[in-house]
Amino acid sequence: MDFLRPASWEEALAAKAEHPAAVPIAGGTDVMVEINFDHRRPEYLMDLNRVGDLYEWEVGEDSVRLGASVPYSKIMEHLRAELPGLALASHTVASPQIRNRGGVGGNLGTASPAGDAHPALLAAGAEVEVESVRGSRRIPIDAFYTGVKRNALAPDELIRAVHIKKAEGPQQYSKVGTRNAMVIAVCAFGLALHPGTRTVRTGIGSAAPTPIRAQAAEEFLNAALEEGGFWDNGKIITPSVAKRFADLCAGACNPIDDVRGTASYRRHAVGVMARRTLTWTWESYRDARRITEGAA
Amino acid sequence: MRIDFTVNGRPQEADDVWEGESLLYVLRERLGLPGSKNACEQGECGSCTVRLDGVPVCSCLVAAGQVQGREVVTVEGLADFAEQRSCGTGTRGTSLDEAKGWQAEGTDSQTGEGGELSPVQQAFIDAGAVQCGFCTPGLLVAADEMLERNPDPTDADIREALSGNLCRCTGYEKIMDAVRLAAARQSEGV
Repeated sequence: MDFLRPASWEEALAAKAEHPAAVPIAGGTDVMVEINFDHRRPEYLMDLNRVGDLYEWEVGEDSVRLGASVPYSKIMEHLRAELPGLALASHTVASPQIRNRGGVGGNLGTASPAGDAHPALLAAGAEVEVESVRGSRRIPIDAFYTGVKRNALAPDELIRAVHIKKAEGPQQYSKVGTRNAMVIAVCAFGLALHPGTRTVRTGIGSAAPTPIRAQAAEEFLNAALEEGGFWDNGKIITPSVAKRFADLCAGACNPIDDVRGTASYRRHAVGVMARRTLTWTWESYRDARRITEGAA
Repeated sequence: MRIDFTVNGRPQEADDVWEGESLLYVLRERLGLPGSKNACEQGECGSCTVRLDGVPVCSCLVAAGQVQGREVVTVEGLADFAEQRSCGTGTRGTSLDEAKGWQAEGTDSQTGEGGELSPVQQAFIDAGAVQCGFCTPGLLVAADEMLERNPDPTDADIREALSGNLCRCTGYEKIMDAVRLAAARQSEGV
């Protein structure tokens, strides 16, 4: 094994071009487990800790450019207003020690269906900025996950940053596990209201071969909210609409039975989380509307 | 490969380090600092918790090569670390004269028994928060860091800060007592 220590992003890209099999390591919270357990013996290990700009973020007009290595603890601390869904998801990651090291870039690189950040990214809307010596490109999050622990990266590419849409409405995140800390999701659900476009987006984790959106459920809900004038009248969402939305979210799943839970439990739980997160976010939306109207 | 870094204020070097080796292995097996415990090797238990440039991390998940040029504090250095923090002196490390005159403290150089303790270590003893002791070093490092950040923690804050450290003996109640005790003593300036 060789240990590569690029001091800059350019050096990292050059090293990855020369050794496409090199495994990037930043927080190490996935890679080191595999090495410690002898599940993986990469020929090259490439440390990204010295590439400083991977640890920076910029809040722009419409989106946040989040460096690939920004640890979850920083997201929780600094980006709760801009990225509430991702901040909530970050808080469910493992433990303080892990959140101090791990970041979204690693979650995307590993592309496990159980990665905690994925449902929040899918619901908020995001693009993954990847780069190689050949150039830079942005991969829409919907096209990023290509299979179980597979993503759309070319062998010579590295993840540089994630561009996540700033929240313009309430967002929620929910995760099922056996305890509060140190848990791999049995399943997880993210939901974001986008009042500007009058749309709702979802993200489902650990209930299909990849993280997915419940697109049929989103379409149904968008149409139902539009038809009932809900965005304008701020009424409580009809229970039958919430139930149908939950059923469609459960139907979007394609889960398996494994040690953490059965497929039918996962489907059921996703439905419950869909209904709850919709109720929570819609209540926040109504509260915000009431305050705005009260002030006017 | 060779790694140069600072441990508990002293420059250290480790030679012939395997590229896939963890910081935990380097500390325990190459530098003779067995305080950080090796249990799960997957970041689940927190018994290997150390401070890396001040930040609590699982040393089993840090590749040795990643600590080149950086600062690590282990449970062995916790008493000095806490003392320097409370004195507010910025100087770290040991002068040449101090190093020459250094002797193992306490009555037993292996266990450090009788040596100076940090307030949080003393509180763990006083509250009976140590049983088998395997999880203790990680808990001490994590608890000490929380008290540095948050001198007046609620029970929820303590639980959150220690949520990455597993203990199979105590049921955590005595550990909670110990951290509350350390916080109370800290605020009284004892």
